[in-house]
Amino acid sequence: MQWVHAWLLMLPAAILLALFTHYPAIATLWHSFFTTPKGGRPAQFAGFDNYQQLAQDPVFWQSLTNNLWYALGTIPVSIALAMLMAVWVSKNIAGRSFLRLAYFTPTILPMIAVANIWLFFFTPEYGLLEKLLGAFGSGGHNWLGSKNTALGCLMVVTVWKEAGFFMIFYLAALQSMSPHLADAAAIEGASRWYFFRRVTFPLLMPTTLFVFVNAVINAFRLVDHVVVMTRGGPDNATELLLFYIYEIGFRFWDSAYAAALTIVLLALLGLVAVLQFLFLERKVHYQ
Amino acid sequence: MSAIVAENLSKHWTTAEGQVHAVDALSFAFEEGTLNVLLGPSGFGKSTTLRLIAGLEEADGGQVSIAGRDVTALPPAQRDISMVFQSYALFPHLSVRENIIFGLRVRKVAPADIERRLAKVAGLLALDRLLDRKPAQLSGGQQQRVALGRAIIAQAPVCLMDEPLSNLDAQLRQEMRAEIRALQRALGITMVYVTHDQVEAMSMADRVVLLRGGSIEQNATPAELYDTPANVFVARFIGTPAMNLLPLIAGTHGALISGTEGPVVAPARYAGWTLGVRPEHVTLAVGQGARAEVLTTEYLGADSLVVCKIGASAVTVRVAGRVGLSPRDTAWLDWAPGAAHFFDAEGIRREPLTHLQTETMYA
Repeated sequence: MQWVHAWLLMLPAAILLALFTHYPAIATLWHSFFTTPKGGRPAQFAGFDNYQQLAQDPVFWQSLTNNLWYALGTIPVSIALAMLMAVWVSKNIAGRSFLRLAYFTPTILPMIAVANIWLFFFTPEYGLLEKLLGAFGSGGHNWLGSKNTALGCLMVVTVWKEAGFFMIFYLAALQSMSPHLADAAAIEGASRWYFFRRVTFPLLMPTTLFVFVNAVINAFRLVDHVVVMTRGGPDNATELLLFYIYEIGFRFWDSAYAAALTIVLLALLGLVAVLQFLFLERKVHYQ
Repeated sequence: MSAIVAENLSKHWTTAEGQVHAVDALSFAFEEGTLNVLLGPSGFGKSTTLRLIAGLEEADGGQVSIAGRDVTALPPAQRDISMVFQSYALFPHLSVRENIIFGLRVRKVAPADIERRLAKVAGLLALDRLLDRKPAQLSGGQQQRVALGRAIIAQAPVCLMDEPLSNLDAQLRQEMRAEIRALQRALGITMVYVTHDQVEAMSMADRVVLLRGGSIEQNATPAELYDTPANVFVARFIGTPAMNLLPLIAGTHGALISGTEGPVVAPARYAGWTLGVRPEHVTLAVGQGARAEVLTTEYLGADSLVVCKIGASAVTVRVAGRVGLSPRDTAWLDWAPGAAHFFDAEGIRREPLTHLQTETMYA
């Protein structure tokens, strides 16, 4: 009889998961093999047509490339910054709690509000960045309006936002480390850099792996900054995968094609996660 | 020349209640090649004193010299010391080998030299077959050995140990006690060993510094500590079961144990002082000595502890083997005159003989 109780206890969570995660995922996969129903024309089985269309879609490839650059540009920087800030803030320095709060603030702020603030920073002519640069006589940029800089601007916002969030995880990991390790290293005469390289950094690896997986998922999930700041422009320069799916699905109402795109994104994320755990897991020491 | 000298060493913490003196103007000197124990109850400045010697804490006053060199302002690495921590402080992601040679790598010792020293230390501590394991794969005793190995491979003349055995079970602790002592002797290291366990202190030390509230209660050899405790605190702290401490009151012919009418146990002017007798020095006599009532008896195998009520106080008696006494029986307690310790109203030891001498001198 005990297994009945076990299942009853699991039921609420299981129902929610099935309803909002598993069923949509499977339904999406199903829909991606059909055409989009329009007016009097119901959905018809289309096999891999949607996927073939996808392979020949230049905007899809552009948004995939953009996304890869975006991930490459934001993940290492925000992880490194997070680690640096955590190591700094975990020490006994004056104003420690204030610093921690300051670093964490970007995470608490609503993303839309954040995007609006940065929108003002990047505004041509009278934005903060332009005013600052103008003072040095090198103004005249349209940061978000130029193909060369728009994606970079988005990356800056992301790094600013993610680093503080990741710092919290590093801070927790650092505080679970025994202070005697640092004492033991001090007795042996290890410099701070040596101690960081040989002890702190390896002991933070489980946290780094966790943060890394999250960062990759976040990088492919970004949509709100794009919506507020650039809407994918100029000339698709900031078109990222999820934003593209949103546009296809909810502006052009091509739900079948959006479903196929979603499946590709899911497969991509799944693959990345598997690779990360397979290759990084071995190098990680869990206590 | 003394290996370690502390002069007026002080350290205080600032807390919400004001300044707390963790270490209060400590002065001591440890000889080269000896094992010195800093003993005392938890939270009474032992570990802080050790960390001051190591340089892991900055002294607020006084100075530390190691091998005749003032090291007060030097960082730990320049003090020529090694240290073993209570938690062992092994690096969990490094193998036993890398843990032991961590310091040698930091100091960029030549690889051949590292191998030679590692082989020697591993042999000495029986770690040969564990070198590739991670600390988590070792037992408590083995981890302890690795920590020891990391300390002795440094070949520093001074080794500091912060409660190194407190995480081990009783059996292992006893083995490691002997092992550490043998190692210290064999290598001729000057060791400073912090513990709250008086058995460790008594069995291992050449010299014991008994600390309380950041100051020294007594600095002596284990035998002196046991035979001539400097005050009531030391008397109570050293020895298991603890020394019996009986308050004295004035009687017609001399001082009596509080709550009794006889016999006289000390001269009259000892009234208000405290009489101390160790349980192992009290004997059960018949018809002589002090009359007492048996409260409990505890059989321990080799001996038994009999707790008796004498006047207002309880007296523990250690008797060899088994005793034929049961609660509420009457017992007669006696002790040799030399076995009695006397502490004055402030709890300070007074030597009966010298005291009597001064008494006759002034008479």
